[in-house]
Amino acid sequence: MLDVRNLTRPGLHPVTLNLGVGDCAAITGPSGAGKSLLLRAIADLDPSEGVVALEGTDRMAMSAPAWRRQVMYVPAESGWWASRVGAHFADRDAAAGFLGRFDLPADALDWEVSRLSTGERQRLALIRALALAPRVLLLDEPTSGLDKEATARVESLLHEHLATGAAILLVTHDERQAARLSPRGYRIEAGTLTEVEDWSHGAGRNA
Amino acid sequence: MTYIALDHWDLAIAAGLLVINAGLSIAYGLGLERKLAFAALRMVVQLTLVGLVLKALFAIHSPWLTGLAAMVMVMFAGREAIARQERQFSGLWSYGIGTGSMCVAAMLVTTFAVLTQFEGIAWYEPRIAIPLLGMILGNTMNGVSLGLDRLLATATAERAGIEARLMLGHEARDAMNGAMRQAMRAGMIPTINAMAATGLVALPGMMTGQILAGVEPEEAVKYQLLVMFLIGGGTGLGVFAAVMLGSRRLIDGRDRLRLDRLRAID
Repeated sequence: MLDVRNLTRPGLHPVTLNLGVGDCAAITGPSGAGKSLLLRAIADLDPSEGVVALEGTDRMAMSAPAWRRQVMYVPAESGWWASRVGAHFADRDAAAGFLGRFDLPADALDWEVSRLSTGERQRLALIRALALAPRVLLLDEPTSGLDKEATARVESLLHEHLATGAAILLVTHDERQAARLSPRGYRIEAGTLTEVEDWSHGAGRNA
Repeated sequence: MTYIALDHWDLAIAAGLLVINAGLSIAYGLGLERKLAFAALRMVVQLTLVGLVLKALFAIHSPWLTGLAAMVMVMFAGREAIARQERQFSGLWSYGIGTGSMCVAAMLVTTFAVLTQFEGIAWYEPRIAIPLLGMILGNTMNGVSLGLDRLLATATAERAGIEARLMLGHEARDAMNGAMRQAMRAGMIPTINAMAATGLVALPGMMTGQILAGVEPEEAVKYQLLVMFLIGGGTGLGVFAAVMLGSRRLIDGRDRLRLDRLRAID
């Protein structure tokens, strides 16, 4: 579904990978290795070279906003531009449907952003993206601010999202999470991405 | 009332006030005395030279020379405007955007004034065009400088919020909307405040000068009003142009926020 061929930018050696329908691939690696650079390049948030296509359509064939609505990047720390949570959601009803499933109360949309905890911000940012039903999610450390229970809940929701036919490219420092969510793994070091050959035996066994 | 010419001694006595300031600065260790002296010296030299240049311009009365003087003024204003900014576009972009928008706004408003307000004189009449351009340019420069500075500062400070909108598929011009509005307000508010306070809090320098030079107050007021309207118009146009051009430069054709096009000035 998502085809990345020879994608490169400063700090990143050419990357080739693809994701099928319902597919999840995990990327692990030390900080500063280029994980976020790669996700930002796929989302076309920074200039990059190479081919990135969704279901055979090159990203250059559509406007960048149209591309990003379908291939959506969610950073570890998302930004907020209005003072109330609700103002960040185009469709409040769609958002409200997700709140309970993320252990957030129904009035969370009326909260002030400045009072959110790290974990609340992280879950609300994920809902903000999920409510728009993108085809591909590019997740950067989606549970870094969450406790064990909340992490499990987010993971099961991501499994559900995959079951609807979406795809996820997941950056995580947590190899067990990578193994739980993804049958395939990549490692990135000093800007070079390599597929982990014995993923199911190595990282997967620790799960 | 008659016009009373000032001699050099009058000015020297007035300059003595700055010596008191410098003394205070030394006494309290403010470290401003050198800056004060340098700025005052610069002012004296610059104004004296300008007086000579204006005298020559008025005597020669050539459209080419008037145009050349106007260009030089705009270029100095452009340099002055970017020198005050904490953040700038790399390359010549800051200078180009600042100078370009000031140039267009100030020239437009000055030409407009000369053509509509002073009938029966040539557009290049230096005795009218140059002082008007100077007044408008000085204020437009302030507005453009404040507006651009705020635009770049806000875009940098609110990068996360702007990029969050881009990530969700918003168009860059929507994502930049908040920063642009803040920048336009920042550029316009000094002019609006100046209009509101004029006459109550402060008597404008131009009007005061005219009255001191013997012009009837009502006539001086009319000229002041004209100048304030022109300043307001020029500043508004200049700020608008600078903020629009600046935000264009901050985003690219793929709706990305391009803070890499800035360089920080310390």
